[in-house]
Amino acid sequence: MNPVYRKRLLAHRIGIALSVVAMAIGLAFLAWILATLLINGFGALSGSMFSLDTPAPGSPGGLRNAIVGSFLMVGLSTLISTPVGILAGIYLAEYGEGNKFAQVTRFVTDIMLSAPSIVIGLFVYALYVANIGHFSGWAGTVALSLIAVPVVVRSTDNMLRLVPNSLLEAAFALGAPRWKVAMLVRLRAVKAGVMTGVLLALARISGETAPLLFTALNNQFFSADMNAPLANLPVVIYTYAMSPYDDWRSLAWGGALLVTFTVLFLNILSRTVFTQKTPR
Amino acid sequence: MSAHPPVAIKEPAAAAADDSSQAALRKTMRNQRIQDFLFHKITLLFAVTVLLALVGIIVSLAIGAAPAFREFGPGFITAVEWDPVEDRYGALIAIWGTVATSLIALLVAFPISFGIALFLTEICPVWLRRPMGTAVELLAGVPSIIYGMWGLFVFAPLFADHVQPLLQSTLGELPVIGQLFQGPMMGMGILTAGLILSVMIIPFISSVMRDVFEIVPTVLKESAYGLGCTKWEVVRKVVLPYTRNGVVGGVMLGLGRALGETMAVTFVIGNAHELSSSLFMPGNSISSTLANEFAEATPGLHSSSLFALGLILFAITLVVLAAAKLMLLGMSRKEGVK
Repeated sequence: MNPVYRKRLLAHRIGIALSVVAMAIGLAFLAWILATLLINGFGALSGSMFSLDTPAPGSPGGLRNAIVGSFLMVGLSTLISTPVGILAGIYLAEYGEGNKFAQVTRFVTDIMLSAPSIVIGLFVYALYVANIGHFSGWAGTVALSLIAVPVVVRSTDNMLRLVPNSLLEAAFALGAPRWKVAMLVRLRAVKAGVMTGVLLALARISGETAPLLFTALNNQFFSADMNAPLANLPVVIYTYAMSPYDDWRSLAWGGALLVTFTVLFLNILSRTVFTQKTPR
Repeated sequence: MSAHPPVAIKEPAAAAADDSSQAALRKTMRNQRIQDFLFHKITLLFAVTVLLALVGIIVSLAIGAAPAFREFGPGFITAVEWDPVEDRYGALIAIWGTVATSLIALLVAFPISFGIALFLTEICPVWLRRPMGTAVELLAGVPSIIYGMWGLFVFAPLFADHVQPLLQSTLGELPVIGQLFQGPMMGMGILTAGLILSVMIIPFISSVMRDVFEIVPTVLKESAYGLGCTKWEVVRKVVLPYTRNGVVGGVMLGLGRALGETMAVTFVIGNAHELSSSLFMPGNSISSTLANEFAEATPGLHSSSLFALGLILFAITLVVLAAAKLMLLGMSRKEGVK
């Protein structure tokens, strides 16, 4: 064999082999993390995890207050961020053509998508918590909404821009006003894609911890009062995992398992259920 | 004769009906115009809200940080001490921690992400691409606190027992670089934090790379194959140069993520306000300092200094992400030209 060719072939084989190894490394880390969660967290899963509140060290307990608190904040954030995000996304798609303001907003949204979530926590602290003087569930909700909105805006905008012009022109030709075309034709055509964005936002905020540290903080007792510090899964997991008590750590692993599988389930759901129906 | 307009021929009753339908039409049109106007303004309002949020973040951080900058001046950024007892603060340790961990993360994540993107676009059988791609992207879905727990309880002990001695006895023997691998092997510290960050940013970098690799025109690749190039040569000499901006953009995006990552770093970085030449030593990053101290900080200089740290972090990530975005924008224009 020609030595030059042999050298090239060797480089090719090494390159391809390394690429396969890289893929294997990526998958191995996912498997390792999930296995860790299952091994450590499965034992903590029990009926009492859902029926009892966070305990004092050494006494039996569960995560009921944290689960309820997380549910409240994530649910309310979704309720807030979905309409805000969709309407802003509609503006960008409808009036964004050659519009400087819309281009800037699009750019800013993209940056907000990856902005450090802890900074958003600081912002809400300065704006809200510092003014009313105490941590509260509402502050946590606002922080989570600020993280979710850019996700919804971007996916709505991207999806709407996929709708073929001919469809819109057909509606305009029938004499429909712009808002009707936008809401009843354009948005409806990509309903599934927009839902994907909402689900991804939901998945993203379900596991967020950093912005809740300075906003909702934590509450050892059961509370559904949004104006008081509110227990929530991520912060409870953080505090309990860092604690020296074995039973607290075990609860933290149980909570971690719960949060991770919820988030991954939402991720997979958004990919499989809805993506098939979006126009390509 | 034929000068009469057609309307005049109509029966009076029909003419009246026509007038009223004209009026109705005009009314509908006026309503629709009002509705469209409202629709425009309402959606605009929400878009403005989103934009104001970012401006609001910067302004509120700047207001919070003002006392610290007034007290310490620009020297705040280069001062080493962080002493809540004496009320003296400097940002250098935290900035160093943030930058060092992010750079380690990039160094490790870049080759792996490149390999993954290459695998998914060129090597993997088509039916496996989607599940494999989804699996890698799920790494991005795992909440950062989970990375922290896994890093602290599973990764760090193994790292201390097996990898750190190996690093110290090989790289640690080298001149200059050896400095980085000295000290006690306890598994926590800058290096561990950087490695865990690298796992977290792999999905972001690799998915951007995969997307830009996919827009390389098939004709280009086929021409290279036609000249007898191997797959590796096609990737190195056609795909990579063509997508260079996109690849750099993806890397910057990953960097932006790594800089701001909080919980995972807080778990494993060791949370010590010390500046050390060794990567094995515990340190502190901006985000971990905030996570640890902000809720308990006394109002005044301490909390203001924390705001200043937040502002610095936000400024750094803003620049990195804006650069990433601009590079990727150039890439998507290329896609349009194709």
